[in-house]
Amino acid sequence: MDEEPLVRWDWIARNWSTGRVGSISSLLVDHIVMSGLPIVLGLLAALPIGLACVRWRRLYQPTAGVMNVIYALPSLPVFMFLLPLTGLTKATVIIPLTFYAVAVLIPAVVDGMTAIPDHVRQSAVAMGFNPLRRLLQVDLVLAMPVVLAGLRVVAVSSISLVSVGALIGQGGLGNLFTDAFKRDFPTPAVVGIALIVALALVADGALVFLQRMLTPWARVRRSA
Amino acid sequence: MIRFDGVTKRYADGTVAVDHLDLEVPTGEITVLVGPSGCGKTTSLRMINRMIDPSEGRIMLDDVDVRTIDPPTLRRGIGYVIQQAGLFPHRTILDNIATVPYLLGWDRKRARSTALELLERVGLAPEMARRYPFQLSGGQQQRVGVARALAADPPVLLMDEPFSAVDPVVRASLQDELIRLQAELHKTIVFVTHDIDEAIKLGDRVAVLRVGGKLAQVADPATLLAAPADGFVREFLGRDRGIRRLSFVADTGLRLRSDLVVPVTSDLSRVAGVAADVESPWLAVVDEDNRPLGWVAPADLPRAGTLRDVRPLPYGTFVRGKDSLRTALDAALLSPSGCAIAVNGDGRVIGVATRESLDEALALAASEAPEPHDAPVREDADG
Repeated sequence: MDEEPLVRWDWIARNWSTGRVGSISSLLVDHIVMSGLPIVLGLLAALPIGLACVRWRRLYQPTAGVMNVIYALPSLPVFMFLLPLTGLTKATVIIPLTFYAVAVLIPAVVDGMTAIPDHVRQSAVAMGFNPLRRLLQVDLVLAMPVVLAGLRVVAVSSISLVSVGALIGQGGLGNLFTDAFKRDFPTPAVVGIALIVALALVADGALVFLQRMLTPWARVRRSA
Repeated sequence: MIRFDGVTKRYADGTVAVDHLDLEVPTGEITVLVGPSGCGKTTSLRMINRMIDPSEGRIMLDDVDVRTIDPPTLRRGIGYVIQQAGLFPHRTILDNIATVPYLLGWDRKRARSTALELLERVGLAPEMARRYPFQLSGGQQQRVGVARALAADPPVLLMDEPFSAVDPVVRASLQDELIRLQAELHKTIVFVTHDIDEAIKLGDRVAVLRVGGKLAQVADPATLLAAPADGFVREFLGRDRGIRRLSFVADTGLRLRSDLVVPVTSDLSRVAGVAADVESPWLAVVDEDNRPLGWVAPADLPRAGTLRDVRPLPYGTFVRGKDSLRTALDAALLSPSGCAIAVNGDGRVIGVATRESLDEALALAASEAPEPHDAPVREDADG
């Protein structure tokens, strides 16, 4: 029997978009959903929690402790633990990844907020900003570079971690790995790795682009 | 007018930052709160715009208790300049200046054109408008801070050590700028500083606070220098307060002599005779336009030629009727003759203040040292 080539291009062409579950394109979409949702949900959860930790400083240490423990839990046993509750669904993957995202983003929100110079905060108060407007127009904007840096970490790690879900059949592109191992056929694994890396690069690039668009004042600072 | 009525600020841990402060800040004047750290000057300032609320007493702003005004509303009507400027790093210079107009809901165009006017008013080029704060020097940022405080044309300006984070040369120019602006704008300004020289330079009235938040003395700068209320104030004013007080004494009491002035066209053969007639070893030389050239000592000069052939020695001048006795004294000390040349507003010589006339004026100034008023007089151990 001939040596199996690393990539069989005809296999990719045949399986790219079959319209069935398990085609490469549908796995790619699954992957984007399962990694994207935790990023968005994580940010939505981390913002209020982080702001509460800034407002009531004594909350921060316990919160950070709990979040670190969660972050330390290996993803596989968490999936297993959730199985009885959520079954073999995407939620089983999305929930733990959301927690990881929150664990990374809370410190980012807190650090971003506390890095705002005191004289800037004081002058915002003295100019007559009311609290909500100050939060939206001054504090959150100034915290944004740090939060966006946290988001970049979260985005890349979520995209990579989704593939672990393959062990319960919900791994997005990760399903290609189990497929490859089961059949001793490397092409799907190579495709999976390539697409995951590409996805991570695209997501990171998009966030860098977003950062430049949203924080021109920080960009000028870097180049100055 | 802003009035502090028995204002005390006590913190939860028992620290008293301000202790029964009674103080009036007159409309249209600069009132400086000065004192060492821990004297409650910044706390007092921040109670005016309710960044801090007093524990006791009240603060009246034009006869309205500030506690009855919603803080953001109150603050939008009071300009505030903070140490290090406190500019918003994420906003351009123009948008920084337009902060309060935006908060007040002005339309963007009006807010920005007002901001642009103010940018120029504080001496910055219009090109700065689109820059971000970190691209400006500390002094420029501070000017923007002043412009931002003035943007909505508030009648009251609070300034919290606004110039203390910049170098002395820039600080002096910012102080001059403030004096110039105030001459045009006539704002009611409360200015906090720990620098007594700044207080004396800027203040129409200076309130000296001691550690523990007690008012030690409030007076105009000349009175403060002449008659400090107690040892603490005296020490805080520093050693050369007598000399500094001369800055507030007009030169009008200074007798001038015009017979010591000779034109540069004079023959040297005559000059010695003039010196003998006026009984002075020194003569001031002026050009054809009556502008000062310097001092000559006729005894040391050759006998042939005119004064054009000799090189006069350095001199100092003061502007009659405008400069203070301190400037006149300074001018005298810069001259080998020990006399000061008096000029008019056009720089033309109108006479010479000799050491004798300076001496008389100094004696007069000393005898006119005002008595302390509207401040408690205390006897201190060190006083």
